[in-house]
Amino acid sequence: MVLSKESIEKSVDGLSIPQSLKESLVEYCVHAGVTRAQLNEIIKRVMESYEYAKIEPCEAVGVVAAQSIGEPGTQMTMRTFHYAGVAEINVTLGLPRLIEILDARKDPSTPIMTIMLKDGKDRELAKKVALEIEATNLSHIGSIYTDLAEMSIVIETSEQALSQRGLTIDTVYDVLRDEIKDKAIVELDGLRITVRPSEPSYRSLLQLVKLIEGITFKGIKNVSRVVIQKKDDEYVLYAQYRYKSVEKKSKTRKTPLEQVLSIPEVDASRTKTNHIMEMAEVFGIEAARNSIVEEAMDTLREQGLNVDVRHIMLVADTMTVDGEVKAIGRHGVSGEKASVLARAAFEETVNHILEAGVRGEVDILDGVTENVIVGQPVKLGTGDVHLVAIPIGEIMKKMKGENDGS
Amino acid sequence: MNYSPPKRIDEIRFGLLSPQEIRDMSVVRIITPDTYDEDGFPIDMGLMDPRLGVIDPGLRCKTCGGRAGECPGHFGHIELVAPVVHVGYVRLIRSLLRAICRECSRLLLTDEVRDHYLHKIKELKKIKRPIDDVVREVFFEARKNTICPHCGAEQREIKYEKPTSFYEGEERLMPTEIRSRFEKMIDEDILAVGMDPKRARPEWMILTVLPVPPVTVRPSITLESGQRSEDDLTHKLVDIIRISQRFQENKEAGAPQLIIEDLWELLQYHVTTYLDNEVAGVPPARHRSGRPLKTLSQRLKGKEGRFRGSLSGKRVNFSARTVISPDPNLSINEVGVPLDIATELTVPMHVTPFNIEECKEYVRRGSKHPGANYVVRPDGRRVKILDTNADEIVEMLEPGWIVERHLKDGDIVLFNRQPSLHRPSIMAHEVKVLPGKTFRLNLAVCPPYNADFDGDEMNLHALQTLEAQAEAWILMRVQENILSPRFGGPIIGGIHDHVTGLFLLTNGEKKFSKRDFVELLKKCDIEIKLPEPAGYEDEKPYWTGKQAFSMILPNDFSILYKNGLCQRCSECKKEKCENEAYVVIENGELKCGAIDKKGIGAFEGLILDRIVKEYSSSDAARFINNFTLLSIRSIMHFGFSFGLKDEDIDHTAKAQIAEVIREAEDRVARLIDAYKNGELEPAPGRTIEETLELRIMEELGKARDSAGKIAGKQMGMTNPAVIMARSGARGSMLNLTQIAACVGQQSVRGERIRRGYRDRTLPHFEQGDLGAEAHGFVKRGYKEGLSPIEYFFHAIGGREGLVDTAVRTSQSGYLQRRLINALQDLEVEYDGGVRETRGVVVQFLYGEDGVDPAKSDHASPEVIKSIVSDVVGKDLEKVV
Repeated sequence: MVLSKESIEKSVDGLSIPQSLKESLVEYCVHAGVTRAQLNEIIKRVMESYEYAKIEPCEAVGVVAAQSIGEPGTQMTMRTFHYAGVAEINVTLGLPRLIEILDARKDPSTPIMTIMLKDGKDRELAKKVALEIEATNLSHIGSIYTDLAEMSIVIETSEQALSQRGLTIDTVYDVLRDEIKDKAIVELDGLRITVRPSEPSYRSLLQLVKLIEGITFKGIKNVSRVVIQKKDDEYVLYAQYRYKSVEKKSKTRKTPLEQVLSIPEVDASRTKTNHIMEMAEVFGIEAARNSIVEEAMDTLREQGLNVDVRHIMLVADTMTVDGEVKAIGRHGVSGEKASVLARAAFEETVNHILEAGVRGEVDILDGVTENVIVGQPVKLGTGDVHLVAIPIGEIMKKMKGENDGS
Repeated sequence: MNYSPPKRIDEIRFGLLSPQEIRDMSVVRIITPDTYDEDGFPIDMGLMDPRLGVIDPGLRCKTCGGRAGECPGHFGHIELVAPVVHVGYVRLIRSLLRAICRECSRLLLTDEVRDHYLHKIKELKKIKRPIDDVVREVFFEARKNTICPHCGAEQREIKYEKPTSFYEGEERLMPTEIRSRFEKMIDEDILAVGMDPKRARPEWMILTVLPVPPVTVRPSITLESGQRSEDDLTHKLVDIIRISQRFQENKEAGAPQLIIEDLWELLQYHVTTYLDNEVAGVPPARHRSGRPLKTLSQRLKGKEGRFRGSLSGKRVNFSARTVISPDPNLSINEVGVPLDIATELTVPMHVTPFNIEECKEYVRRGSKHPGANYVVRPDGRRVKILDTNADEIVEMLEPGWIVERHLKDGDIVLFNRQPSLHRPSIMAHEVKVLPGKTFRLNLAVCPPYNADFDGDEMNLHALQTLEAQAEAWILMRVQENILSPRFGGPIIGGIHDHVTGLFLLTNGEKKFSKRDFVELLKKCDIEIKLPEPAGYEDEKPYWTGKQAFSMILPNDFSILYKNGLCQRCSECKKEKCENEAYVVIENGELKCGAIDKKGIGAFEGLILDRIVKEYSSSDAARFINNFTLLSIRSIMHFGFSFGLKDEDIDHTAKAQIAEVIREAEDRVARLIDAYKNGELEPAPGRTIEETLELRIMEELGKARDSAGKIAGKQMGMTNPAVIMARSGARGSMLNLTQIAACVGQQSVRGERIRRGYRDRTLPHFEQGDLGAEAHGFVKRGYKEGLSPIEYFFHAIGGREGLVDTAVRTSQSGYLQRRLINALQDLEVEYDGGVRETRGVVVQFLYGEDGVDPAKSDHASPEVIKSIVSDVVGKDLEKVV
């Protein structure tokens, strides 16, 4: 008799195998239409196969993961810039990008946000949101020149450029006035804005020009470019920006990603950035961890290198176990090791030893380097397996005790 | 036999040496700066005092009685006339001076605040995390208080002047004063600044006694002239004692304060450079020759320093290194070892009643190859076997002795090629002693080692214990490493001629007479059972190449895949594919398709992959051995060569190529015109200039591709270069294009070449010329030859590649070092999780599913599919 889906699910449910395997097991069994006896046979063999595939205890997975990521590094190219999925945006790729990810850089060289919309089908809406995100500076909407005779700055805006950016001259005027009201007098005349510094000097004039050029009239500051792309059947926004994440975040300061997320049309659940530290700041450590895995995998895959995810997950997990993203290297994971000898053997030898001296540190020789240094077998792999010998007398005693108890 | 488990060091404690400790461990107080007297004997209480240990062979240590090599050496000490600051701790001393009261030496924090920090430190220590941040905060907070909360004394500003002086206001703080302030500190305060009052009291950072390291640490070398040359450390110690003496004399003579201070400063300088000769702001102490001295810090630091050079990197015996060369007749599990090396490397053999005769035979043969070099007597004495004493030793040999016999066939050794970037860079091989001077290995194991034979050298290590040999045999043998732990695919497999050979054999229908067919398979390790002939020609039976390949496949092996020849037609013709791209193997028989890199190549060989995973590593090893032998016989049968003539293309093709390139140049010219007239539409998000560059690059790229296609068509599938490129053996169609048709655009950083003179690359062009030729387009092929200008541009592009490689190796090397250092302690626990040395859980289940990457195929949906279809007895492909 062919079993129903429910009963198959019921017998599969309790198995100690990963969820994905359970799902495909149910699927195939349902398709094939199995009987109880067949299902039992299948489960037995699947369990055997899974048991065989399981990693063996004491395996030095850390070293293997490090090698699996480091070894292909030699085959990676250095070409820094090239387009990824989006032709218009440059992305750091190859070895420099991999180093950037593992270094947990606070300001990666090419941060890109991938912005998904709640309603991704609407191209016009996408355009509108894009305008809301991309920073509009003066250079986008007009030109600026200084009139030395009049000691003033003249801004000529273009009607077309303004409407393209979804702005009116009045809003531009308002923003400008708010930004520099304590430094200059701003006058509006048709499409022309004249700015006179309150202190008429050549220097203040030049400073003012610089200031005005830096004003963001619309959009999010530091977002230099937004590109709309159709992916599958929805429009996706890619935003190129700059952001340096900070050690301790103040509550008022919003990162560019947070600003994007606060736009109502944006689907916050699917929007992300390749800036790992910002991911950690905005979404938390778990998101950062996934971001590391994803970014590293993408970088390697783009180079045509095949590395198992498990290795990268291990690296990402070691970088994030302590609840903050730590770099691979002396300022992160390696610098915070418990062992003095391991730290000294890595980098900044003398400092670590001097410090260990004043702190009165104790090295309990748990790790690899420490044991290599003192010349002992390393507690890893086959070095972690011991023969435990119990004198025969004690076994007898123990057995006797048990017998007495029962 | 008495057996005690090897002792293990449990922990190492760090701390500061207190003056008392230094005096206690000292065997002699050093007072004279001289080392040896006129007769060459060490002076008592001098720096070479015989109580400090021995370095000359034959002498005995005055302290422990040991000989050179046995005696580890003993410390002495120097009593400094005046205390000096330890340079390594000046910054800590500065912070500490600022954080404690100048009167009562209490930490400038109230007890409540201090206890709060103490608690924090305790918590952090418990979870083994660094306490630096808290300590920094303690210093910062304490410094803010200008009035002592304990005695009410007003604090003065402490100024620090590089490298080792401190001032309080205007007054100089001498080390004596600093020391007396630190002495008064109480234990709780010391704990709060991160120090340990038992092992590291702050006043110990001010040195009053200096330990003198044993002579074994600073051995003097006797030059050929009989002159003694002292170690850098000894030189520095001599300086310290000299100044100390002068200081003492001056002090006793009641010299003026100024002179005393100068001498104090000088003593400080010498002690500073003794500890670290690279302190900023201190001129390094130099040797007479002008070379800076290598003092304590320099000994520890850096790649060649004690830590990375001597402690983490150890030298080994029982190893050999020589050039490698290929040998297709060896199994992948074997390594050919030159006789010279085999007679030098030894394996210890414990004499037992069961092998005593064998051992005797080795000893008797002595230095003649399967012989022995030494015997070790039960009392531990080693005796070298010579022709003269061999018979004598044979007589004495009995169980309990150890014979160090030569390496012989079947011994297991480790084989390694640097850089050891991944686990398969060291694998275990079986020894095969061969004549010659090189190590020999099967070509299929080149990929994991990344070896070639242009002069590469490799290392070999002879394993000395049975445990090590067994472990290597089980875990490290080549056949156990066919699958890469990186991605779970095979990294050992066919390369170059293996691929070509099998491709020639299996592509199309190649006919063999019985004699030729048997000849092909002669060397293979298979059951010789000639299949039915594929057909008859002139009444004579013939067999096909596909049949020959089928012979080495396991009998019940089946697979179906598309090989690298697949053109990805919109509709697959499957078995009828004219490209031989549809490979079907059923029950060990190659039905159709050609074998190429995708079938048996290293890194992607699908057939290989399936054989390792479905059969066993032994079967896979046998398969690899067989196909390497078969392919080489096959390529010898067909003959395969490649020369300049093979790149010939005829005039019509040449004309076509020239036409294609001319057209492309025209289009580029039109693009430039459009740009100049402002008619060019910018690509989204690009400037007009960028758009133009992109379009030009695109146009020229297309031109090269179509030139290559024309050339490729000309040459056809019989051309050896095309065969190599298409089968994946070596080279690509792009290489062919560049040789025969057109080299194409040269680039620097992905752009056309722009550098050179103002607005032009070379004076041969007009300023502002944007044309193809002026920016590095090479329209000729290598065979035709490049024009001087093209050659120049080609060199520019070529150099970028070279620089790239040089930078990359150093960068990725450092990345790997950092990765290894960060992750090396991680290990899978018995519960399937991953924990680090601190005990923190990194992963609850390794890789989220507990599966080994190399074996992950056994826990994949495909396996479930095959299990289900196997049990149900239906082909699921048809069911689903």
